[in-house]
Amino acid sequence: MEEFISYLFIGLGNGAVYAMLGLGLVVIYRSTGLLNFAQGEMAMFATFIVWTLADSGLPLWLAMFGGMFGGFVIGVVVHQVVVRPVGDPHQKPLAVVIVTIGMFLGFNALAKLIWGADDKTLLNLFGRSGIDIFGTEVAWQKLGALAVLAIEAVIFWMLFQRTKIGLAMRAVASNPESSALCGIPVTRVLMFGWGLATAIGAVAGTFTAPITAVSSNLMQLTLIYAFAAITLGGFDSFVGAIVGGLLVGVLSDVLPRYVDFFEKMPLAPAFILILVVLLVRPEGIFGQRKVSRV
Amino acid sequence: MSLLEVSGLTAGYGIVQVLFGLDFTVDAGEAVVILGANGSGKTTTLRAVSGMIASSGDVVLDGQRVTNSRPDELLRRGVAHVPQGRGTIVDLTVEDNLRVGAYSRPAGDVDAEIARWYEVFPRLGERRSQAAGSMSGGEQQMLAIARAFMSRPRLVLLDEPSLGLAPLVTREVFDRVGELVRDTGTAVLLVEQNANLALAFASRAYVLEAGRIVNAGTAAQLQGDESIRKAYLGS
Ligand SMILES: Nc1ncnc2c1ncn2[C@@H]1O[C@H](COP(=O)(O)OP(=O)(O)OP(=O)(O)O)[C@@H](O)[C@H]1O
Ligand SMILES: [Mg+2]
Repeated sequence: MEEFISYLFIGLGNGAVYAMLGLGLVVIYRSTGLLNFAQGEMAMFATFIVWTLADSGLPLWLAMFGGMFGGFVIGVVVHQVVVRPVGDPHQKPLAVVIVTIGMFLGFNALAKLIWGADDKTLLNLFGRSGIDIFGTEVAWQKLGALAVLAIEAVIFWMLFQRTKIGLAMRAVASNPESSALCGIPVTRVLMFGWGLATAIGAVAGTFTAPITAVSSNLMQLTLIYAFAAITLGGFDSFVGAIVGGLLVGVLSDVLPRYVDFFEKMPLAPAFILILVVLLVRPEGIFGQRKVSRV
Repeated sequence: MSLLEVSGLTAGYGIVQVLFGLDFTVDAGEAVVILGANGSGKTTTLRAVSGMIASSGDVVLDGQRVTNSRPDELLRRGVAHVPQGRGTIVDLTVEDNLRVGAYSRPAGDVDAEIARWYEVFPRLGERRSQAAGSMSGGEQQMLAIARAFMSRPRLVLLDEPSLGLAPLVTREVFDRVGELVRDTGTAVLLVEQNANLALAFASRAYVLEAGRIVNAGTAAQLQGDESIRKAYLGS
């Protein structure tokens, strides 16, 4: 039992990070209508900014905010310079997806060029100690990840449901042409979406880095888990990204400890679940079935 | 000086030219209709005016040339466009659609204005938290019109509001828009195939054929015109 609780919280803590990256994927899927394969690499790049700031003596929290700001700028620039000129993803989805794969490689190479190939270390935001839960030591870092995810969820909800820019993002996601006719500056709204998605990537990266190290490969595994999370939850659902992320985290950290078969393949449980969900409900647990638009 | 003065407007899609130099005007507070058959270029005309597609020629609003301005810029200058097929944002609720209509305005009095529209169109009020896509065609048309008026426009471009609606519903839509034009002094540039309704609604009309304006006059003149009667009024 104690063992289980310990694995459960490790899973939840890691799942919270998948959910954070997943939220960014959902923002971009909903606003621009594409799966951004470079999401992880953009987050990695922003995490290097966090490391640079922390390395120069800034407290880690402040460094993370700095990285978020840097991420926001990167997202805006990527949208303006790379994504938008290629054209409307609804019209030519393949071209835009290929471009995001190109960005994946580009950001990876650029990070190596700027920061070198050797690993850097980033400390835990919530320290190395833990707290006793039902007789098991649970790391503050994992609980912290859950708390930060909860804060992000609340901010997202407020942003999308209670503000004008959120209304604009929802409108553009559903019908960009009509949104423009209603006076919404569509391009600026999309820029904001890309900035937002990359900014929360910096948070996901700040939580991932202490587990491995800051390197150009930082977010690649996390991205796969995040894709799994939103496939499970639904590409267009924020709730889905959160629930999916936590589920994927728990499955991949708990099951392999008890089932020998999964020991060598920690990703397998999540993908089996996804397969089942896709067979039963292709749009994901919380995804919306597309109603046809005329 | 007219509110909207269009001269020599040409536009098309890629290498296909659709409009071949249109001239027309709309005065402040006036209801004008462009009549035309399927494929004559009515929708293209409105799209060119509101900057949804590239065009050349002159689109002059209040004496200022606004050719090829972006739709959101034109909206800020007072031109709202209700596109063909209504353009309601189907995933958003009725109320959120109205809020989107007020996007270009300061937030302050938006709630009061939405409440006012619920009085004008009670059915919108009953369905305020329902997804716009789940409403009937007629209700969505009312919503699209209310949404356009939320921006307090001086000119509304209205693209075939009769499309896909039962005759009775169409008549109601026209009656309501007629009241709005009278009450608010907003000008309307309507494009339609339904000449009977449109000529009863508008004070002046242009006739568009294959991308060229072939006839123009007051609604009364065109109602009496033999060729118009043959082509559009079915008698
Ligand atoms: N997106 C497009 N790409 C290419 N050609 C187009 C496009 N939209 C319209 N056209 C062409 O332009 C011409 C005029 O179309 P338009 O939609 O303006 O006609 P309309 O008068 O509005 O017709 P309707 O009454 O059927 O709505 C048609 O020949 C049409 O095939
Ligand atoms: Mg048309």
